[in-house]
Amino acid sequence: MNTVIFRTIAPFLTALMILFSIFVLLRGHNEPGGGFIGGLIAASALAIYGIACGVRPVRRAIHFHPMSLSAFGLLISCLSGLPSLLTHVAFLKAHWIYPEIFGVDLALSTVMVFDIGVYFVVLGSITSIALALEEREND
Amino acid sequence: MAVSEHTADVSHAMITTPVATADWLVVSPIIITILGGVICLMMRKQTKIQPRIAIATLGLLMLSNFGLLARVMDKGVITMVMGQWLPPYGIAFTVDATGAMLALIASIVAFATALYGVGDSDAASRRYGFYPFLMLLMTGVSGTFLTGDIFNLYVWFEVLLISSFGLLILGSDKAQLDGAVKYGILNLIATTLFLIATGYLYGLVGTLNMADIPRSVAALPNHAPITTVAMLYLLAFAMKAAAFPVNFWLPASYHTPRIAVAGVFAGLLTKVGIYALMRTMVMLLPVHHALLAHVLAVVAVATMISGALGAMAQSDLRRALGYLVISSIGSMLAGIAVSTALSLTGTILYAIHSIIVMTGLYFVTGMAGRMSGTFALRELGGLYGKSPLLALAFIILAMSFSGLPPTSGFWAKVLLVDASLKSDWPWLAGSILVAGFLTTIALARIGLYAFWRGGPEGTPDGTAFAYAENADMTAPDVTAAYTGMWLALGLLVGLSLFIGLAPDGLVAIAKTGAAGLVDPSGYIGSVFGGTGGHP
Repeated sequence: MNTVIFRTIAPFLTALMILFSIFVLLRGHNEPGGGFIGGLIAASALAIYGIACGVRPVRRAIHFHPMSLSAFGLLISCLSGLPSLLTHVAFLKAHWIYPEIFGVDLALSTVMVFDIGVYFVVLGSITSIALALEEREND
Repeated sequence: MAVSEHTADVSHAMITTPVATADWLVVSPIIITILGGVICLMMRKQTKIQPRIAIATLGLLMLSNFGLLARVMDKGVITMVMGQWLPPYGIAFTVDATGAMLALIASIVAFATALYGVGDSDAASRRYGFYPFLMLLMTGVSGTFLTGDIFNLYVWFEVLLISSFGLLILGSDKAQLDGAVKYGILNLIATTLFLIATGYLYGLVGTLNMADIPRSVAALPNHAPITTVAMLYLLAFAMKAAAFPVNFWLPASYHTPRIAVAGVFAGLLTKVGIYALMRTMVMLLPVHHALLAHVLAVVAVATMISGALGAMAQSDLRRALGYLVISSIGSMLAGIAVSTALSLTGTILYAIHSIIVMTGLYFVTGMAGRMSGTFALRELGGLYGKSPLLALAFIILAMSFSGLPPTSGFWAKVLLVDASLKSDWPWLAGSILVAGFLTTIALARIGLYAFWRGGPEGTPDGTAFAYAENADMTAPDVTAAYTGMWLALGLLVGLSLFIGLAPDGLVAIAKTGAAGLVDPSGYIGSVFGGTGGHP
């Protein structure tokens, strides 16, 4: 897989896929998409980058260990259920706020935070597996 | 404009009454363990700080579960439906006395394991996630005991299964991988059967809520194949609980991981299977339980006798303990087979006792192995000389396991034998006593070889020898590694003695739990009472 074309294209492809994964993540509340599929797309992006340029640049690029990203995702997913404690409703009840930013009515919710958590869990765990497999291949 | 546009009438889909803050105790075990687990996971490299986080987290979990049990005993069954959705569509966490009590004991054992792990886990196993996996294992175990939705129960089984895989292969040596493969495959088959059974059940009754299932099953036409579902559940959970014909995975894997891990596994994982059997066979499908009662009784007898005989035949301490786990499962199955309020009280009490004592016995074994450098019975000996305190702990735990007074095992066995006799199952009662006798022999054999005799095989007998030859080993070890282990062991031994001397409170809780299993009206009322019933 070490062709010039692939190595040149891969960084752009990775950037595009990460961007697309965030788009899929955010549209997920009302349309097909969401944290899980978004996380998978992002993990594939990193895997492509790893195949083209080696594992070390990927690890450098994401800065944190993939397992830590996973843990972070689980952390914010779990925390997204806690605002319910203050409003005397059950765990994981959705809370919405609608701030108006530049005249646009923006819908933000704890559901979205939960989904972002899922995104990180999937991204972290799949990347962790993919990088481990790619590292073996280089031995 | 924004307000009116975004508010809708949700009263037909959601619970509108506020949730008391104290009811959050129902989900707090999950939240506490997940938060503790992920924080530990993010601090994977700081192997010194991890035990502190884990001990603090599991201590908090213990307090939270204690509060939960107090509230359940005070107010009856508590339900919280995730996200306020109306049951049976929302996923309900429904906690009765059985679930709350088992969750509390599980958290105490996990706390003891975290203490024991301070000395038992090295930096490498901590980096590979001993503490994070321990806490996520507790997420799964707590979830199993607290959930009120059968598919959700499956999900928690998966959570604890995945964490247990991680714990099992912490050292990644060959024997561990070999054990993990057997453990993994058989447990995956069991959870798959569980999932298939749940699929069938959902197809038949159209609901997964455990409060909704009993009445939906009662309303089914006679020809509905619900007995198949009952059989599948029985098989799946019998595999989980390591009941006789499907228990090969347990002796094949429990001697491979480090002792802290084996201890918490022996304490908790098989009891999770017993708990699931009680929920499904007794509470959800009582009519079909009656059909399978004799099967259960035969399995129970075979399990307890084969386990005790297996323990007698082993020459490795850890393997012998694996068979003792199986033997104790047989006694609990006997209570489920009889399935009266009294016998289930016995099973719940036995489960509590067994969780404490099995983990304690593994801890004793671990310390004995650490002091002697081996787990082989032939090479062990003279431990009484090296550490009389450890010998005392072993004797108390062995008496407790064999069901001798004044320990926790005595009351559990009394209740089980009494219940079997009252329900006209004399041979079941006899088997429990015979199995108790056999386990006494097995444990006495271990005590004799490992603790009482002067030295390992090949050395002249007599305690004087051990003292004179190894003067440095006679001094009890008080290194930092042992402090946590002694604390953990002391906690478990003390608890077993405490239950043995003052069983009343616990028996009352177990009775409440058993009554709730036999007659789930309180359970159902807790889920549907406030909302006016099934839509």
